[in-house]
Amino acid sequence: MAPLDNVAPSRRLLLKGAAAGAVLFGFHLPPKQALGQGAPSAQVPEVNAWVVIHPDDRVVLRMARSEMGQGTRTGLAQMIAEELHCDWSKISTEYVTPGQSLARNRAWGAFLTAGSQGIRNSQDYVRKGGAAARIMLVAAAATRWGVPAAECTAKDSVVTHGPTGRTLRYGEVAADAAKLTPPAEVPLKDPSDWTVINTSKPRLDTAAKTTGSLIYGSDLKMPGMLVAVPRRCPVFGGTVRAIDRASAAALPGVRHVLQVGDGAVAVVADTFWQAKTALDALKVDWDVGENGQVSSATIDARLTEGLDAAEAFIGNQNGDARAAIGAAPRKLEAVYSYPFQNHAPMEPMNATVVWTAERCDVWCPTQNGEAALAATAQAAGLPQQQCDIHRVDLGGGFGRRTTHDWLIDAVLIAKQIPGVPIKTMWTREEDMVQGRYHPVTKAKLTAGIDANGEITGLHMRISGQSILSFVFPNALQAGRDPVVFQGLNPTGNDSRIGYSFPNLLIDHAMRNTHVPPHFWRGVNHNQNAVYLECFLDEVAHATGQDPLALRRKLMANHPKHLGVLNAVAERIGWGGPLPEGVQGRGIAQQMGFGSYVAAAADVSVNDQGVLRIHRIVAATDCGYAVNPQQIQMQVEGSFVYGLSALLYGACTVKDGAIEQTNFDTYNVLRMDEMPKVETIVMPSGGFWGGVGEPTIMVAAPAVLNAIFAATGKRIRTVPLKDQDLRRA
Amino acid sequence: MAKLNVNGAVVELDVATETPLLWALRDHAGLTGTKYGCGIAACGACTVHIDGQAIRSCITPVSALDESQKIVTIEGLSPDGNHPVQVAWRELDVPQCGFCQSGMIMAAAALLAQTPRPTDEDINVAMSNICRCGTYNRVRAGIHKAAAGGITG
Repeated sequence: MAPLDNVAPSRRLLLKGAAAGAVLFGFHLPPKQALGQGAPSAQVPEVNAWVVIHPDDRVVLRMARSEMGQGTRTGLAQMIAEELHCDWSKISTEYVTPGQSLARNRAWGAFLTAGSQGIRNSQDYVRKGGAAARIMLVAAAATRWGVPAAECTAKDSVVTHGPTGRTLRYGEVAADAAKLTPPAEVPLKDPSDWTVINTSKPRLDTAAKTTGSLIYGSDLKMPGMLVAVPRRCPVFGGTVRAIDRASAAALPGVRHVLQVGDGAVAVVADTFWQAKTALDALKVDWDVGENGQVSSATIDARLTEGLDAAEAFIGNQNGDARAAIGAAPRKLEAVYSYPFQNHAPMEPMNATVVWTAERCDVWCPTQNGEAALAATAQAAGLPQQQCDIHRVDLGGGFGRRTTHDWLIDAVLIAKQIPGVPIKTMWTREEDMVQGRYHPVTKAKLTAGIDANGEITGLHMRISGQSILSFVFPNALQAGRDPVVFQGLNPTGNDSRIGYSFPNLLIDHAMRNTHVPPHFWRGVNHNQNAVYLECFLDEVAHATGQDPLALRRKLMANHPKHLGVLNAVAERIGWGGPLPEGVQGRGIAQQMGFGSYVAAAADVSVNDQGVLRIHRIVAATDCGYAVNPQQIQMQVEGSFVYGLSALLYGACTVKDGAIEQTNFDTYNVLRMDEMPKVETIVMPSGGFWGGVGEPTIMVAAPAVLNAIFAATGKRIRTVPLKDQDLRRA
Repeated sequence: MAKLNVNGAVVELDVATETPLLWALRDHAGLTGTKYGCGIAACGACTVHIDGQAIRSCITPVSALDESQKIVTIEGLSPDGNHPVQVAWRELDVPQCGFCQSGMIMAAAALLAQTPRPTDEDINVAMSNICRCGTYNRVRAGIHKAAAGGITG
C-alpha cells in the first residue's frame, strides 16, 4: 500500500532544470491521467494496485496497457468496474509507470499493448483486482456496522446492509478498506451475470480529442526544453563518416549539432521548425556500406530463389503433400507476393527525455512501457531503478511503438545535454524511411487435384523475411520463426488453420534483408490470408466449384471458423443476385489473435480499371465481447488499414534506402474510397479473443476474390495501384 | 516577428516570417491542438480556418498572413467545446487515437458553414484528411448528425 511517489524525483529535477535554463514556452505537461503520475495524493491510499477511491467517491482505475485509439482504456475500466460494482459516471483512469511496477514486483502485469492482447491477456487479473477491492470495501463497511459481510451488498459505489437498510458510500469506507488484508479467494462473476461487460459504454477519453486539449507526446512542453530533430543514415546499417557542423550550427535557434551513436545526427534548437530547417541544411557524409547495393529487384530475386529452395522450416504438415501432388492427375500452381509496408501512425515518433548522471526520465507514447524502460536504462547507462517512463496517449501505434529505436536515439541525444529537457521529434520523412516494416514475402502454392475436382494435396511455400530473427532472435526455434505461420498452424488457440487437407505441407524458406521487419497490425496474417484464401478461390474457379461450397467441404472439423464464414455469407446474400452496380462478390476467413473472423465484399471495376468497393460485411467471434461498439470501430478501422495496404501500400528499396518519403508517395485510403462496413459481432463464449487486428487479414483477400469474380483477373501482387484491373 | 489574429485576439509572435503557420501556432502561440502529420499538405492534421476557409497550416508561411485575416484553431472553434461538430463527435465516439481529429473537425466545420446539408459526395470532396485508425465512416456519420442538428458555423 505504499504511495506511488517515485516520479517525484523527476519532477523535482524538472523544476531544478527550469531554474537553470530559460523558460521558453511555459509549462505544458499533460494531466495526471495521461502522465500516470501515481496516486492522486498521499492522502488517498489505494484500495489495491488497480483501484483508488477518493472520499468524494471518485474512482481512479490504474492502467498498465497503453491507449492508442483502440479503446483498451475503456474496455479495461469496464472489466474492473464489472466486479467493483462502482458508479460508472465517477470513473477516471491513470497510467502507472513501469518504474512503479518494477518497484512492486510487477503488480500490474504486462505493459505490452500489441498482438490484440490488451484485453484478453489482462482480463483475469484486472477483474480480480476489481473484485478484491469490492470485497475489501464491503468488509470495511461491515466492520464499521459490526455485522457479517455476508449480509452486505455493493452496487453503484454504495454498500448496503440488507437487514437494516443502512448504507455507506465507497468514499466513506475506502480508507478503512485500504488497511485490510486482500482476500485470498476472489471469485469472479459468471458471464451471464455481467452488466458492464458486453455493453457499449461510451469511451472515457473522447472529449479531449474533440477540443484539441489532449496532450500527445509531440505536444509536451517543459521549462527550458529544447527540440531535437534527428536523421539516421537513410540506408539501414549505414554510419556517419563526417558531419559538416558549420553548415547548420549558425542557423537561427540552433543550440547543438550532434552525432547520435554511429549512424545518426541531430540538430537541437529552440523550436522544431528551427531544428528541422537546420537539419535540412546540415551536410552529412554517410558511409552506406554494402547495403547501398540492395534494391527491390535484388530482394525479389532472393525471395524467388527461396520459393524452390530445397531447405525450409516446416510450419504445418500432414500426410505427404509432395507425393499426393505428384500423383494427382491435375496440378494448379500460383505465385503471390506481399510488399513492405510502413506503419505510418499519424503522430511521428517522439520522446521527451531528461538525462542526468543520476537519473533519466522519459515522457513518450509507447506500446510497451516496460520495454521502453529497459531501452532507456541501457541507453542512459543507468539502472532501471533510476529511470522511468511517463506515458502519454499514442497518436497511433499499429505495432511501430512496440520497438524503441526512436527512444534510444532520443536518450542518446539528451545524454549529451545533461539536465535539459529534450523533445526529440521525427519528421514524417524520417518516419517513412526509418520505419520497421511489414515483412516482405512471396509464396508459391501448389495443389494436386483429382478427377472429381477435389484437392488431394496442398503445398504452400513461403519465402521471405522473419520478424523474430530481427526482433527477438532468442525466440527462434532451432532457427525456425513460428510467427511466420500465423493463421496456418495445425493446433493452438491463437491462429489455427481453418481447413483440413488430406495432405498438407506449409513451409518457410527464410530470406532476410537489411530492411528491418516488425509487427505491423495483423502481422503475418496479412499475407498468409491473401495467399491461402485467394489460392483456394483459384482452385474453386478452376474446378468449377462455388468458393463458399469448396471451403465448407474443407471446414467440417473447424466449426468456429465455419461459423463466421457462414455469417458473412448469409448477411451479404451469397448465392443470390448481385445488387445493381455490383459486379463481383468475394469471401475469406481466417483465425488470428484468438478470434475467428470472416469477410465478404461486393465490388465493381469500371472500364478504366477503377475499383469500387460497395460493401464489406465482417464477422468476428472473439469469445467474449467487452464493448461491442468498440469492436465495431476496430473492425472498421482495421479495414481502412488493410485496404490502404491493398490499394496503395508498398515501400520499395533503391540503393539500399526506402523510396517512399511521405503520404504523397505512400498514399492511404481516404473517405471517398471508404466502403460501407457492416460488422457482425458474434461472441460464442468460453474464450477471450483479440479484436484490434483480426479482421484486417480478411479485408484484402475478400476484395481480391471479388475483383476476380468481377473481372476474371487474378491479382497476385499488391498493391492494386500498380495493377491493371481492366477486364482481359 | 508576426502579428496574427488568432481565435479572436491579435497576438504578436516572435517568429521568423518564413515559419509555417502550424509551427507558429504550436511553438509560439502555445496552441498544440493543431497537429503536424506530414508537412506537405497531404494529411490535413494541421487544418485551421482562415476567414472561414479550411486551410493546411503546415505549408502556409506566416509571411502570407496579416492581422486582418481571422485564424481559428480547434481551441477557438467554440468557447465551450460545443460546436455542433464537436457535440456530434462526442455523441458518436468518432475519434480513435484522436491525433487527426482536430483537423477532421476543422475541415468538417468549414464544410458545414458553407454547405449546411452536405451530401455524401460533398463530404468526399471536402474531407481529404487522413486517418490511420480508420474513423472515416464515423466522421461521415458525425457530419450528417451535426448537419441535422442545425449548424450555425
